[in-house]
Amino acid sequence: MKFAIALFSAAHAPSSRRALLFARAALAGGHEIVRLFFYQDGVYNASGSVVTPQDELDMPRQWRTFVTEHQLDGVVCIAAALRRGVLNAEEAGRYRREAIAVGAPWELSGLGQLHDAVQDADRLICFGGA
Amino acid sequence: MPKSLLIISRQSPWSGSSAREALDIVLAGGAFDLPIGLLFLDDGVFQLAAKQDARTLQQKDLSANLQALPMFGVEALFVCGDSAAERGLDPNTLSLEEIQVLAAPEITALIDRYHQVITL
Repeated sequence: MKFAIALFSAAHAPSSRRALLFARAALAGGHEIVRLFFYQDGVYNASGSVVTPQDELDMPRQWRTFVTEHQLDGVVCIAAALRRGVLNAEEAGRYRREAIAVGAPWELSGLGQLHDAVQDADRLICFGGA
Repeated sequence: MPKSLLIISRQSPWSGSSAREALDIVLAGGAFDLPIGLLFLDDGVFQLAAKQDARTLQQKDLSANLQALPMFGVEALFVCGDSAAERGLDPNTLSLEEIQVLAAPEITALIDRYHQVITL
């Protein structure tokens, strides 16, 4: 089955860990993940600026490793990311900000990518919504 | 046939960015001519309260954006009648005239009709 996964909660939220566990299980079960889409506070999961205490799970790092290893399409909503100060080099340059928080493997793009994933996938699985 | 998507908006307009960000998904879908539905549920019904004054909270008013939904091709607009009644809102005086008021069993059927659902 083709899954699209949307994540709406921050890196320290339980639903972020559940989303990653689900994503791993989906691939292990032979399924396909057409796209990961981080929206709302979910954009923090793509931030390289998060410093997790040593005895806790470093979710942004876990996501980064997972997406890189499996060469997945990881998209961060650009509007949600700008609002929360989670910028890549291009946006930091555009808005003249010093802090760059996002790099590879993440791509900053629009909500069209969420709709595109919904159309492409058999199932959309959301984590961390209301 | 494109897949249909129902957005369930459950947060009040002034409790954070959820209402705005749920609406943004709807507007983006409308821009792509996708079959999008929007259901206001629980505290989300406060987005439909008439005569809101966002300026006193130094925020932007979402009401005008909601009024524009049909222009963006989003005409499947629903509100949970029970949620409105529980919060003292008369379903007949909501700010969106084109909205359909649904009872709980109809909401179950509504969710079943859509391919995918996002709740924010």
